[in-house]
Amino acid sequence: VNPDIASERQTASFCVETLTAVLDGGTERTRRRRAVVEAIECDPVFSRENQYFQSQNERYEAAVRKAVHLQKKMREMGWTEDGPEYKYIYRALAGDVAFLLHHIFVRSISMLGSDKQIAKWIPLATQYQLIGSYAQTELGHGTYLQGLETTAVFDITTQEFILNTPKISAMKWWPGDMGRSATHTVAFAQLYIHGQCYGVHPFIVQIRSLRDHSVCPGVTAGDIGPKMSFEHADNGYLLLQNVRVPRENMLSKFCEVQPDGTYVRRGSQQINYFTMTAVRISLISDEVIIPLMKACTIAIRYSVVRRQSKLKPGEEEAKILDYQTQQEKLLPQLAAAYAFHFISDYLQELFDKGYREIQRKNFDTLPELHAFSSGFKAMVTQYCTSAVEICLRACGGHGYSLLSGLPSLYTKILASCIYEGENTILLLQTARFLTKCFTAARAGQPVPPSVTYLAAVKPGTCPAQNKLDFLNPDVYTEAYQHMAVRLISSTAAKLQDLIQSGVQKHNAWNQCTVQLAQAAKAHCHYITVKNFAETVEKLETKAGIQKIMKHLCDLFALHGIFSNAGVFLHDGYISGAQMDMVTASYLDLLAIIRKDAVPLVDAFDLTDKSLNSALGSYDGQVYQRLYEWAQKSPTNTQMSPAYEMYLKPLLHNSLSKL
Amino acid sequence: EALVINDPDFQHEDLNFLSRSQRYEQAIRKSSLMVMKLREYGIADPDEIYWFKSFVHRGRPEPLDLHLGMFLPTLLTQATPEQQDRFFMPAWNLEIIGTYAQTEMGHGTHIRGLETTATYDPATQEFILNSPTVTSIKWWPGGLGKTSNHAIVLAQLYTQGQCKGLHAFIVPIRQMGTHEPLPGITVGDIGPKFGYDEMDNGYLKMDNFRIPRENMLMKYAQVEPDGTYVKPLSDKLTYGTMVFIRALIVGDSAHSLSRACTIAIRYSAVRHQSELKPGEPEPQILDYQTQQYKLFPLLATAYAFHFVGAYIKGTYHRISGDISEGDLSELPELHALTAGLKAFTSWTANAGIEECRMACGGHGYSRCTPSCTYEGENTVMMLQTARFLVKSYTQVSSGQQVTGMVSYLNDLCRQRIQPQHVAARTATVRINDPASLVEAYKARAARLVEAAAKNLQAELDHRKSKEDAWNRTSVDLVRASEAHCHYVVVKLFTAKLSEISNAAVRAVLTELCLLYALYGISKNTGDFLQAGILTDAQVTQVNQRVKELLATIRPNAVALVDSFDFNDVTLGSVLGRYDGNIYENMFEWAKKSPLNKTEVHESFHKHLKPMQAKL
Repeated sequence: VNPDIASERQTASFCVETLTAVLDGGTERTRRRRAVVEAIECDPVFSRENQYFQSQNERYEAAVRKAVHLQKKMREMGWTEDGPEYKYIYRALAGDVAFLLHHIFVRSISMLGSDKQIAKWIPLATQYQLIGSYAQTELGHGTYLQGLETTAVFDITTQEFILNTPKISAMKWWPGDMGRSATHTVAFAQLYIHGQCYGVHPFIVQIRSLRDHSVCPGVTAGDIGPKMSFEHADNGYLLLQNVRVPRENMLSKFCEVQPDGTYVRRGSQQINYFTMTAVRISLISDEVIIPLMKACTIAIRYSVVRRQSKLKPGEEEAKILDYQTQQEKLLPQLAAAYAFHFISDYLQELFDKGYREIQRKNFDTLPELHAFSSGFKAMVTQYCTSAVEICLRACGGHGYSLLSGLPSLYTKILASCIYEGENTILLLQTARFLTKCFTAARAGQPVPPSVTYLAAVKPGTCPAQNKLDFLNPDVYTEAYQHMAVRLISSTAAKLQDLIQSGVQKHNAWNQCTVQLAQAAKAHCHYITVKNFAETVEKLETKAGIQKIMKHLCDLFALHGIFSNAGVFLHDGYISGAQMDMVTASYLDLLAIIRKDAVPLVDAFDLTDKSLNSALGSYDGQVYQRLYEWAQKSPTNTQMSPAYEMYLKPLLHNSLSKL
Repeated sequence: EALVINDPDFQHEDLNFLSRSQRYEQAIRKSSLMVMKLREYGIADPDEIYWFKSFVHRGRPEPLDLHLGMFLPTLLTQATPEQQDRFFMPAWNLEIIGTYAQTEMGHGTHIRGLETTATYDPATQEFILNSPTVTSIKWWPGGLGKTSNHAIVLAQLYTQGQCKGLHAFIVPIRQMGTHEPLPGITVGDIGPKFGYDEMDNGYLKMDNFRIPRENMLMKYAQVEPDGTYVKPLSDKLTYGTMVFIRALIVGDSAHSLSRACTIAIRYSAVRHQSELKPGEPEPQILDYQTQQYKLFPLLATAYAFHFVGAYIKGTYHRISGDISEGDLSELPELHALTAGLKAFTSWTANAGIEECRMACGGHGYSRCTPSCTYEGENTVMMLQTARFLVKSYTQVSSGQQVTGMVSYLNDLCRQRIQPQHVAARTATVRINDPASLVEAYKARAARLVEAAAKNLQAELDHRKSKEDAWNRTSVDLVRASEAHCHYVVVKLFTAKLSEISNAAVRAVLTELCLLYALYGISKNTGDFLQAGILTDAQVTQVNQRVKELLATIRPNAVALVDSFDFNDVTLGSVLGRYDGNIYENMFEWAKKSPLNKTEVHESFHKHLKPMQAKL
């Protein structure tokens, strides 16, 4: 172990193991998680060792190999897909595995299919007699589902649907596992019966032969080419020309086309939103917070090993984490990782509660859940993406090397801002909910508990007298609440004004969208701070846990005020002098948390294999590892043809050609 | 430009589908060709070489960058006439391909910390070069891994048992002829990076490697045969090269951001999504206020940085005449200013490029939109600027006047006597007048510089150590530098407006300038409010005005990116095509993916089929 990192662990103010258990939700879960991670990492098939040197083809092949092997492994270990281990498996594989869309295929059939359809397709899918994908997005159409252009025309004579891609922008584009692997897909298309359009519906379409895997007649399918990340996934395109599927292939739990062409709708379609809500909530913890934790671990461990310049003349070069500017880059991101971990627990709880209600056919909580999942998905993905980028940049040149692990974390998390709903659109959905609740609250009508604060208007000013007052959670939570209310109420008022002055509703909405999105973010930021403060309250006081978490909570809150000073100063709630106090307290906290920085990332308990980083390993042997890994690069192990073909002639004959 | 694009020798397959090895090979092929062509057309001016280069490689770095950009210039500026005779012509003719090996694995921006040693042995009249630790391995130099046969190595010079600090040495690393590494030299490629695939960034480890005394670059400092060390006259001269490189980086930031804006704005004009009004067809996403709010400020920024880049280059050329005549008086300010501006523009441009990418949704994520993300240690750059600002502030406080871009600090003393002066100014900020906004930015910079300098002083009064105080104030200092750079950018943009004679062009650029300045205010309202430069009501007006400007600029948006005049080939983006035929071309592009080479991928037979059979 590098002495520079060993010394960091001597001085921890709290017990790392206890904090790990807090994060996992109990020691028993920590034990189980470690067992799963261990089992996966010991298996050479799942190794990610040479990942950074592999081509797209090799990455794809490895992902398929792992997915196939995982089936075997799961049976061997007695893990099931709905068991508690599944989450940990996914975490250990770092998502680098194929057939993720197959699971969505299965899920969509079980949620949208009739009992008969479930009985037919689910066994085939779980035994991998077919491989599914989920084809919704088109080349020209994304988040706005009603705009999809693929058509499915019902042909009464043959009792079939005829699927077509009428023009190039209607081609299915992006679905994972579809480029090379999938044999079937759930395709979304506009349903036409007797020339009348009934809107978008899901159809099961076979796209490749089950015998030799060649594409079916009328189907054109392939890989969409290289992306910023996800090299292992064969995101695909799909073009359909008069492809016929039997009437029974339309997923018909909620809507059905009867043999005579009669269209029947049953049940509530609201439940469809529920799938998206579920996906967004699990996405926050799996795809966003864990990458941020990894990035923080790598950047902070590296920052205590890397030495640069001298703080004082005559001393040895200082650890870069001792520089205030480096602390100011990394420690707020660390605080954010904890803040978002706790908010994701909170969302999960809210979701579980909502789910129980829904099973009792009570749909009241749906709008709130939907607004929550949209807003937080947007806010957290955006925040974490820039946080990972800050970590990358904070590692200077070595962060830019793929071997640091940071570039792949970054390109991957960047995608999370786009998929499962583009962030701006999601924020506006939350804003719609908030303005509605605001109007209702002001009219004295009941609103969901998370937004009751909108009813309480307290103009006033911040009561803080000195910088220590800003370490009082009530003081800063209040400030966030005030700011959120102000942004929501002023935007709602402006919207109202515009409409009353005769502007059409949708134009008025578009003119307010920049502020609406800001208001939605402010709301989520407030809830995150509030939840963090409340979580800290409930933590056990022993082993120094509560104390260090309180520091992180303070840092997260004050960092937010410091970096968004304008919105807090705007109506004078916080004065210029108070803002100086915020800054002073904020900078003081950096120096305090600095001492525990390494133990705080150790508590995330991420194994070296899962980090897959030359900079971030537990022992801090950064330079040795970097040198060792670089030597493995194919550019060094294989003879480069460039010398013989181009350099040699250049070096030897250039004179004669001049 | 046309010279390159129309030359069939420079055509190639889409780089996105190639492996790193293939990309390197392509780059080498083109570089070799390029050198031949440069000679053929007789292009020798550095600026022209730079443009020629950027068209051959489409703004991508290439293995010969360091040879042309650092090795040759360093020889010119730091070699003695005898050394130039020995090395320059062979290097010019590319018998010698060189690189510049400064950065070590454990040491970057702080070059005095480098560990490589060069120990003089008077018995043989040689220097013995060593990489004593893992951290001292040279790491990152471009072209070092596979291409170069020589390197200029920066090492700590030891002679007569004493360390004389960093000096530059010409070190042969590969055998002429066979290109095999020389005994005592370990050299190779550092592996894949986040971009820069075609560049063989390398490592270099030296074990008791001997070079003749004459291989030390001795125009300034010298080691005599008996080992006596002769000191150079001034050590500031080396900064000249750095200033030049930074000036180029500022220009590059503007260039990359313009490219990203072109792609994102053209795409947004073609992409349709959702509906604004019920029942109407899906509108262009560029009609959404949120989309305009993402892209137009970046467009304004691209223009602003373009003018800044031109300004720095001009200043550099003006000053470099003085420098070669030994007048170094303007160098400190230029050095300080370019450090900060380099950091400020590359920060903003990188963030902007990501914004553009996100604004293109999923398709922006596809590799058909190129990215450029490189930055050095920008915080260190910002702190260099801050050091200069604090120094200027201290001068002013002690009654001396300062000149140049920091002359606004002169006013601070006057304001202190009349504190109402600042308050009085509040009412006079006119949010539609760029000149007035320059004043507002100036006031903000002045306040933040003053605040940082005062906090620094307060820390100094508390503690004994200057260094601790500096470290504990560095967050404030960086903010002050940023504010200063922001002011400089707004000022230069505004100054540019009066130079434009065409009324229509001036009008649209004035709108962009206002948008740039007002957007900057709306993103940093805290600073302006806290300093009392603007009132709450004015901030609300600023936000309102920003949104009005979005609508004003909207009709000209595509024309404004067309003015950047990027050729489709240079853009290299399916989304950014001039003709807007995006979807057809994405499909064509994807069909070329290696995964599509066979209809049934081999992994079906290898993995899928056996599994299906077994389960």
